[in-house]
Amino acid sequence: MAAISREEVAHLARLSRLAVTEEELDTFAGQLDVILQAVAQVGEVAAADIPPTSHSVPLTNVLREDVVVPGLTPQEALSGAPDVAEQRFRVPRILDEDVAS
Amino acid sequence: MSDLTRMTATEIAGLVAGGETSAVEVTRAHLDRIAAVDDRVHAFLHVDSEGALAAAREVDDRRAAGEELGPLAGVPVAVKDVLTTKGVPTTVGSRILEGWRPPYDSTIVQRLRAAGTVMLGKTNMDEFAMGSSTEYSAYGPSHNPWDLARIPGGSGGGSAAALAAYEAPLAIGSDTGGSIRQPGAVTGTVGAKPTYGGTSRYGLVAFSSSLDTPGPCARTVLDAALLHQVIGGHDPRDSTSIPQPVPDVVAAARLGATGDLTGVRLGIVSELVGEGAEPGVMAAFRESVDALAKLGAEIVEVSCPNFRYALPAYYLIAPSECSSNLARFDGVRFGLRVGDDGNRSLEEVMSLTREAGFGPEVKRRIMLGTYALSSGYYEAYYGQAQKVRTLITRDFTAAFDRVDALISPTTPFVAFPIGSRTSDPYQMYLADLYTIPTNLYGGPGISVPCGLSEGLPVGLQIMAPTMADDRMYRVAAALESAVGTFTPPAL
Repeated sequence: MAAISREEVAHLARLSRLAVTEEELDTFAGQLDVILQAVAQVGEVAAADIPPTSHSVPLTNVLREDVVVPGLTPQEALSGAPDVAEQRFRVPRILDEDVAS
Repeated sequence: MSDLTRMTATEIAGLVAGGETSAVEVTRAHLDRIAAVDDRVHAFLHVDSEGALAAAREVDDRRAAGEELGPLAGVPVAVKDVLTTKGVPTTVGSRILEGWRPPYDSTIVQRLRAAGTVMLGKTNMDEFAMGSSTEYSAYGPSHNPWDLARIPGGSGGGSAAALAAYEAPLAIGSDTGGSIRQPGAVTGTVGAKPTYGGTSRYGLVAFSSSLDTPGPCARTVLDAALLHQVIGGHDPRDSTSIPQPVPDVVAAARLGATGDLTGVRLGIVSELVGEGAEPGVMAAFRESVDALAKLGAEIVEVSCPNFRYALPAYYLIAPSECSSNLARFDGVRFGLRVGDDGNRSLEEVMSLTREAGFGPEVKRRIMLGTYALSSGYYEAYYGQAQKVRTLITRDFTAAFDRVDALISPTTPFVAFPIGSRTSDPYQMYLADLYTIPTNLYGGPGISVPCGLSEGLPVGLQIMAPTMADDRMYRVAAALESAVGTFTPPAL
């Protein structure tokens, strides 16, 4: 049985903000199925009582000294942006037309 | 003067410091070599001739002014395109950052500049460091100088190929699942993954933040150690940076080069030998183990039973972190924007931009990670993988109670032909079968050339406890003193 369906892959693509093509969906569905069946092996390990490791360095709440250090100028920070207006990042509309009106 | 491009970094630095050559002369020799061979090797995505010559002139001026220079001053270095370089293009091998010139230097690059090394340019890599061959680079693969029809490993194949093609004596890589060590193994060069947190991630474009580790690549163990010393150490701008000094890896490499391993206990990891490895790889590995024993090392076999789950755990943890990290590529702050016609919404533009800007492997991993983190699957996949990570760490700590360091082949197979594994993504993942456990644990690992199989290089991996990077350098240098270095056929 397949671990993941083509419809599920389409849903994942939407969640991932990837406008994939129909052709890509066919390819990815097969490939992700092979990969998921392989990685599902982690389920064989009896680990109910084992604490999870998110990170190998046991450091918490690392804060720097509260002193002023030079940062990027607005011009530098905006230098790689695809679109800039009034010293800000310009974005496409974020609301639907009918909602905005 | 004999060919400067054939020399080690140590030799070059000595000649520059002694005034027998200049940093400019050394830099010109390497830029000439790049011009002569890189159309065939394709190690570089960007060559910064002007910047390199300016940096070299500065070193020469400082020397002329009587300044004390560091141990690598005047030595050229190639930098993997995953690290930001102020004003110099940084693409991460991806179309989504094509043409981006970062407004700041990564910590590693800052330290390279401060040490007087000369950055030649940026090296090719699998897109966002996801891959084992450089075939997933959006700008075309690099070629292995041992056989141009074969892969130079990945993701840092460009850095390794630059070393093997004598385009640079030193290079920087980054290792999330083996991306420094596996390219080192298949190109006959040295690649070291430092302890996680031992080298700064500031300015390293993030793939999997709990695993990503920048590190040194070179043609000799001592050169790698010198580079490690220059780039390593605490960085307040990386919150996971370990606030301790770098272990004395240079002294350890010099000690190892004496060829005496008396009193050193090495463990062969049972789970990382045999299964899946090519016979030629195993033969070279076994011969090297005999060589290590002759140097006085005590060899025992050690079992790490949970290592067999390292690859599946890694391919849940790394894609999960990647799906989160790569959300920043939204077509707003840097890089590509596609489909902004004045009518489309931000979300539509974002989806079109990411579709056009990311290649197939990056898309697969983003979707895989999104799946593993989604409600309903989180516990069974991501949560379970994190528990397996704990068990793998316990295997390492139990093993290091018995032995000083662990050894294995670096990768199960020698450099494979370009195009032979791209249609089956999981086959590509197997290249990192032996390197991944170390990343999950966080300790250091190094690949050192140990022999040839059918005329292609084989690497031996040495793994040490967290913050005992010096130990692996000692063993690596000792092995190098016994088996020598390996030179590819002339290009």
